This record gives sequence, C-alpha cells and structure tokens, in this order.
Amino acid sequence: MLNFLKRLWFIIRQPATHYSLGFLTMGGFIMGIIFWGGFNTALEVTNTEAFCTSCHEMRDNVYQELKPTIHYTNRSGVRATCPDCHVPHDWTDKIARKMQASKEVWGKIFGTINTREKFLEKRLELAQHEWARLEANDSLECRNCHSAESMDVTRQSKRAAEAHERFLFTGERTCINCHKGIAHHLPDMSQQAFVEPLTPTTGQIARGPVRLAEIEAYLQSARP
Amino acid sequence: MRRPHRSRVKGATTMKRILLAASLMLAGSLALAENQLGGIRPVTPLDEESEARQIPNVVNSDVRQVRNYPDQPPVIPHKIDNYQLDLNANKCLTCHSRTAVEVSQAPMISVTHFMDREGQTLASVSPRRYFCTQCHVVQHDVEPVVVNGFVDVDRVLDFMRGKKEGGQ
Repeated sequence: MLNFLKRLWFIIRQPATHYSLGFLTMGGFIMGIIFWGGFNTALEVTNTEAFCTSCHEMRDNVYQELKPTIHYTNRSGVRATCPDCHVPHDWTDKIARKMQASKEVWGKIFGTINTREKFLEKRLELAQHEWARLEANDSLECRNCHSAESMDVTRQSKRAAEAHERFLFTGERTCINCHKGIAHHLPDMSQQAFVEPLTPTTGQIARGPVRLAEIEAYLQSARP
Repeated sequence: MRRPHRSRVKGATTMKRILLAASLMLAGSLALAENQLGGIRPVTPLDEESEARQIPNVVNSDVRQVRNYPDQPPVIPHKIDNYQLDLNANKCLTCHSRTAVEVSQAPMISVTHFMDREGQTLASVSPRRYFCTQCHVVQHDVEPVVVNGFVDVDRVLDFMRGKKEGGQ
C-alpha cells in the first residue's frame, strides 16, 4: 500500500513528457468548467419544485396540501417553493442537507412512503424531523423571507402583534413553535403539543384502561 | 234557445279569466320590479351570468362581541383561514385549550365543553364539542341582507318594568 502511494506520488511529481503546458492548463481549465458547472447545475435542478413534485409521493400528498395555503396562493403572487423552506440557502448547509437527502433517495427506491397509507403512517415522524431541524436552526428558512426587524406589528392584528412581541422579539420562541402546519396538513397531534405550556406538564396521556393502583403509584411518585 | 245563451255566458267567463290572469301578471311584475326580490337571492335572470360579488372581509378586530342571549355560542372575532380542524389536529385549541390560555391569553373554552351528554365532566374536550365551527363562526363586515327583528331580553324586561310602573 505504502509502495503504491509512493509510486503514485512519484508519477505525479514527474513533468509531463508528451503534453504541452498549454494543453494541460487549458484542458484543466475547460474540464474544471464542465465539472463544476455540471455539479452546480445538477444541484440547481434538484433544488426546484418541478424536481420535487416529479415524484408522486410529493406531488400527491404534500404538494396538494400546499396549494390552498398562503405560501402558494396569495394577493401579491409572491410564493415559496419546496426548497425555500426545506433546503438551507447557504452553500455548506445546503451540501449537508443534500447529503442527508441520500436517505430520501433510499426511501424512494424502496418505496417507504409510496402509498397514501404508508405516508400517513409515517408523516408524524417526518414532520417531527422538520420541526426539530427548524427549532435547531432558529427557523432559519422562515427568516430567509420573514425578518423580525422588518416586521411592522402595527400592521398586524392585535393578537398577532401581542404574540410576536411576547415571544418572537424576546427570543423566547422561534417561528416553528407556533406556526406548525401552515404549509401542510398536520399529522395526528394528540400526543403532541403545538406550543409547549410554560409550566411543562408531566406524563403522557394514558391509552386504554389504567388500573387504580397504577394511578395511585404515579401520584405518589409525582409528589414533591 | 238555451244553447246560444249558454255559450254567451261561457264566452263571458273566459274573457273574465283572461282579464284576471293578465291583471295578476301585471301586478306580479310590478311587485317584482318594486321588490327586486332582494336579499341573498341574485337578481340576475337564470339564463344570464351575474357578476361575482366581492368576498367580504372577515371581522378581525379581536374584540369580543356581546352575546345576544346567555347560551349563544360566542362569535369568533378573528380570522380562521386555513385553521386545521379535523381528526388529527384542532388549531383552535392551540390557544383556547385549558393548558394554552396562560401562553395565549385567549378565553378558555367553556366548562360545558368538557361534559358528555350525561353532564359528566371529562378530563379533556368532549368529542361532541370538538368541532368548534359547528357552533362558533366568524363574522363578515357586511350589512345584513335580511332585516333582523331580534330584541334583546334585557330590553324586553325594561319594557315590562316600564309598563308595570306606568300601570301603578
């Protein structure tokens, strides 16, 4: 192995014997344009709504749900497409997300959500991934368009203005904490909270019959 | 002798009927022109296409409205566009549920909403009260198309009292 590397290094260090300097530099330059341009074009193509909705999983489920919402149809006609919210705009983060998306290619090949039923079963988990991502990056994709600095609360309804002043401007909450399900339908939220209460409640909702002794034991344990 | 007489009478009644029908139609059309059958019914004839009316704005003042009688479901003083209200999620309860009102400062849903049909209070919203918009609705910023003759019960009481005092 070491010998092989040594030989490789030796070859690389040799000056070219048959090709001219002009050929090598110009060739390198042109190939660079082709490869980098191709890479970038591929990146751009996969970052369009047309690409996302070319699969029926996206087109028949989430894309249809987006259509009546304000992010698709509104008075001014400005709209968000899939990657505006689901792919980071900065290059490094974008590449990281694209690498994660190889999981989605896997899902597509093996038909993880290729029927409506499979999709509905999985959608809570999928939604939780997105909520977690947006909570972690302080709703970066929302803030690409909606800036708190430019938000004129006097033009908002009283309710919205109060909520934004209390939670957004203080940094206590981020966009996604309250604005879940604005672009797609929500999954079964019975085990979920839209907004976590300020004083967290403990325990999960018990499903099915629970014995009295169990409840008593729980109350004992919950006592300070 | 009788036959011509009879036919003459018959002719007269036919004439009368035609006159009656014509006058009725005239009266009817006059009434139609006067009334225009306003309200929610469109005035455009059936075979013509009418111009679509502007969609009125939803009242979004966030000011709570008076109830016209004690058990009237309160009206919603804000927009509820695209609020999801189905088996999966209830957007209204994001703010109006028991645990959410501290954060939202919205009015909590009434205690009656926790009761089942036997009056037993449950731990969470009773399924029969889950679909908020069955009773609670938004208001539009429009003139009522039909005149409302509703009189508040307090005004009736005032009237009764006034009558009593006047009588004594």
